[in-house]
Amino acid sequence: MSHGPSHAPQQPAPDGGPWTGRPVPRVEDDRLLRGNGRYVDDVALPGAAEAAFLRSPHAHARIRSVDVTAALAAPGVVAVWTGADVAHLPAMLNREELRTPPGLAELLDPYVAITPMPLLATDKVLYVGQPVAVVLAENRYLAEDALELVDVRYAPLPVLVDPDRALTEGAPLLHDDLRDNTAVAVATNVGDPDAAFASAHTVVSEEFQAHRYVASPIETRAVSAQVDPYSGELTVWSNTQTPHRVREATAHTLGLDPERVRVIATDVGGGFGQKGILYVEEMLVPYAARVLGRPVLWREDRNENLTASSHAREQIHRIELAADAEGHLLAVRDRITVNFGAYNMTGLVVPYNSVCHLLGPYRVPHVDIDVVGVLTNTTFATPYRGAGRPESVFAMERAMDRLAAELGLEPAELRARNLVGPDEMPYATGLVDRSGKPQSYDSGDFPELLRRAVAKADLEGVRARQREGGRDGRLVGIGFAMYIEATGLGPFETARIDIAPSGRVKLAIGAPSQGQGHRTSMAQIAADAIGVPFDAVDVVGGDTSATPFGVGTIASRALVNAGNATHRAGRLVREKIIEAAARRLGVPADGLDLREGVITAKDAEKPALTLAELAGRAPLPGTPEPTDGRHGTELSETVHFRPPGFAVSSGAHAAVVEVDEHTGETEILHYVAVHDAGVIVNPMIAEGQVTGGIAQGIGGALYEEMIYGPDGQPRTGTYMDYLVPTSSEIPDLDLDEIHTPSPMNDLGVKGLGEGGAIAPQAVLANAVEDALRPFGVVVRRGPLSPSRVRDLLRAAGRPTTAR
Amino acid sequence: MTTDLATSDPATATHAAPPPLAEPSGWHEIRLTVNGAPVTAQVESRLLLSDFLRDRLRLTGTHVGCEHGVCGACTVLVDGEPARSCLTLAVQCAGAELRTVEGLAPGDAPLTPVQRAFHECHGMQCGFCTPGFVMTATALTEQPQRPDAADVADALSGHLCRCTGYRNIRRAVCQALDERFADGPAGRGE
Repeated sequence: MSHGPSHAPQQPAPDGGPWTGRPVPRVEDDRLLRGNGRYVDDVALPGAAEAAFLRSPHAHARIRSVDVTAALAAPGVVAVWTGADVAHLPAMLNREELRTPPGLAELLDPYVAITPMPLLATDKVLYVGQPVAVVLAENRYLAEDALELVDVRYAPLPVLVDPDRALTEGAPLLHDDLRDNTAVAVATNVGDPDAAFASAHTVVSEEFQAHRYVASPIETRAVSAQVDPYSGELTVWSNTQTPHRVREATAHTLGLDPERVRVIATDVGGGFGQKGILYVEEMLVPYAARVLGRPVLWREDRNENLTASSHAREQIHRIELAADAEGHLLAVRDRITVNFGAYNMTGLVVPYNSVCHLLGPYRVPHVDIDVVGVLTNTTFATPYRGAGRPESVFAMERAMDRLAAELGLEPAELRARNLVGPDEMPYATGLVDRSGKPQSYDSGDFPELLRRAVAKADLEGVRARQREGGRDGRLVGIGFAMYIEATGLGPFETARIDIAPSGRVKLAIGAPSQGQGHRTSMAQIAADAIGVPFDAVDVVGGDTSATPFGVGTIASRALVNAGNATHRAGRLVREKIIEAAARRLGVPADGLDLREGVITAKDAEKPALTLAELAGRAPLPGTPEPTDGRHGTELSETVHFRPPGFAVSSGAHAAVVEVDEHTGETEILHYVAVHDAGVIVNPMIAEGQVTGGIAQGIGGALYEEMIYGPDGQPRTGTYMDYLVPTSSEIPDLDLDEIHTPSPMNDLGVKGLGEGGAIAPQAVLANAVEDALRPFGVVVRRGPLSPSRVRDLLRAAGRPTTAR
Repeated sequence: MTTDLATSDPATATHAAPPPLAEPSGWHEIRLTVNGAPVTAQVESRLLLSDFLRDRLRLTGTHVGCEHGVCGACTVLVDGEPARSCLTLAVQCAGAELRTVEGLAPGDAPLTPVQRAFHECHGMQCGFCTPGFVMTATALTEQPQRPDAADVADALSGHLCRCTGYRNIRRAVCQALDERFADGPAGRGE
């Protein structure tokens, strides 16, 4: 264990330099450390009824009958509703996520099946965990008691878990109105891949599988709702990442004007994408609050979260690389199958992310990618930290190592030979990006990332150790993986800045925080943009009443979008302040400066004016009254920042592992991550984001898997069998970073929330395969649990031996 | 309704009448100490300590993450020992001395060295698991001798954090132990 804090506390007064770039300690912490957090379940709602959901025990079945008589008679039960009771409400669709950008539609004509999800199942259930009925009772204990008394008769139907099987001719249909079980399909080409493959010196063909695992925030999902008895406004507390979308969907579902719905996401205990989509429970709780005329609360339990909140990652890649004799990539072909689960919740988001991140930092002249999303009788899959990128990086980076083995090249050298250079930026891949524009890497220095990773991981030293041979059945391996990440997804984000009469600055942004520390980093940006002290800025995020529009904190977009909206709003407010001060002081605006909340004349003749004095609380004696009435709250701006294109982050990871041949256990000896997220606003927070992302990636690489039986029953529904790593499994990481500012925005920032999670599965698989190279093992899927490593060794003819 | 039972001030939380919708397994009167204040309450035998603290006493700093004793977010100190409040029944705490995160630095009192270390080392992000880690770390700092590295690792492995990757949590606990045992009995090192 290492000693000492990583970051010394920041003194509140800076040395006149900008707040941006400093490891400012978080303003969030004090409250959270005292137990004064305000997560959904902490909001006191006297008289609230609690909801509990009856969920399908079958993966695929017709509902023959539902009898709620006994449940209704149970103590404390207020209401029991089935699908029929709420069938008049519109089925749920994640409309924004299902929309195909016009450019993409025009160029690639993708297929997107629309599968609205009934708020409660009516005729059919499609996965284990699908809500069938809801009980509302005086408290959760009584609600859960009554769940057991709801009598549902099912007629089981054939179950589809395997996406390949679900696509076969004659497979049972999940959605009767669809032609087959295809959820999405899209194909894209660059150049002449067939010719490139035909003329290649070497071709590798492999099948790699990204396995299913889940976000698993420590706070499960929760929703509560209350109709204000005075205003009639519906207030919804949801631990969502996208409060404005919840507002729109709730208003649509309940037939209300969006302005009559206020969605609040204050403290959120981790999201990672799972809380970035709409869920049926989120619609039913506000509905219940209106129908019952009392507050209603639902808090999910862990089993529900693991089995019935969104899953992620399950993809099959049938990938081929074509290269010349020196290892230069000529072409990439990939047939990607994505297991969508039972509903198409988020359309092209994950599959197309996989498409446009497959090539990563490499120069590939000819490309042929085809992706199909498949509906199966499993829980729906949606974006989770990385959202299609870890899956593609796993396939591509594994294939690169197979190609290196085929050519007898050092894997790092093969990568170096194929990297796009910094002098080639902006680099056009020939593909179309997620927003439908030609894909462009705006900036980056991929060779430098790799150079640093190779040096820090001591590639030569590891190779020397390998030549000495493993000791006691412990084999050392080293692996590398690189990625790019198009961050800062649009369409926009909103920031509103108001200067209060006291001179305090209120900043409201559309993007809430789930632990990213927006109240600190956004305040740093605002303080710099306006010219006020950091601690004069109060940040509100995640309250739809504070900004008229907003999107949310998903897709590594908050800093790029909300950060730049804040910056622009701050600069505009600064102009207004200086203009107002010029009128007040009777001097030209260009003769004034604003720093640390004080307006001073550059010629130093005029007295200084504080922001508080200007904003109206304490007018200076003797100054003329403003004749145009503009003072105080006039000092406001609302900005919608629309990113012109993606800010591309990138990284190179390396891992040195030791694999125990006898137990199959993998120990990480050294984990290196070199990343580039452009300009860093708060290095302490940034490092925390990268570290946390890598920890989730390590979990997926070595431990975590959401397993289904062939009957569609989830087998890892508790933390006893779904293995989230503890402190003992996550080593200290060796981090480094470079900074190539993004030309896509004024701040030069790029997103980094997801980046850490993208490479670990690939890098650890590469390292384990490297360790087991003497036995000819090829790693084709994770997680690399001891039992799977032992399986690989047995399959390679390595006998089971006791130590 | 659960809130009929609760008051915000544990010191005055004396509840004679069961709420109108008691579950059938009966009620018990328990007396205990919560963050130094005496509490008397009527509780159902199946009421979890976590729900007692959160829903009845409105001490919502103790968080519930898994309700089956794995994640450690709900950890409180029962007679000085870390315990999973989601696996403990309220009735089991009759006569016990309970401490929750709210009791560490009440009101405007300065943060304890453990709390301060989590802030200074950025050993927290979303803050949901934090109270559990803080209570376990507090128990470590209250041991008569500095716990060794294996003991610390063992204690921390009883908690899940999904945000931080643990490194800064380890640093925070180490800093708090350094501070606590700077002049005290020498530990066996971290």
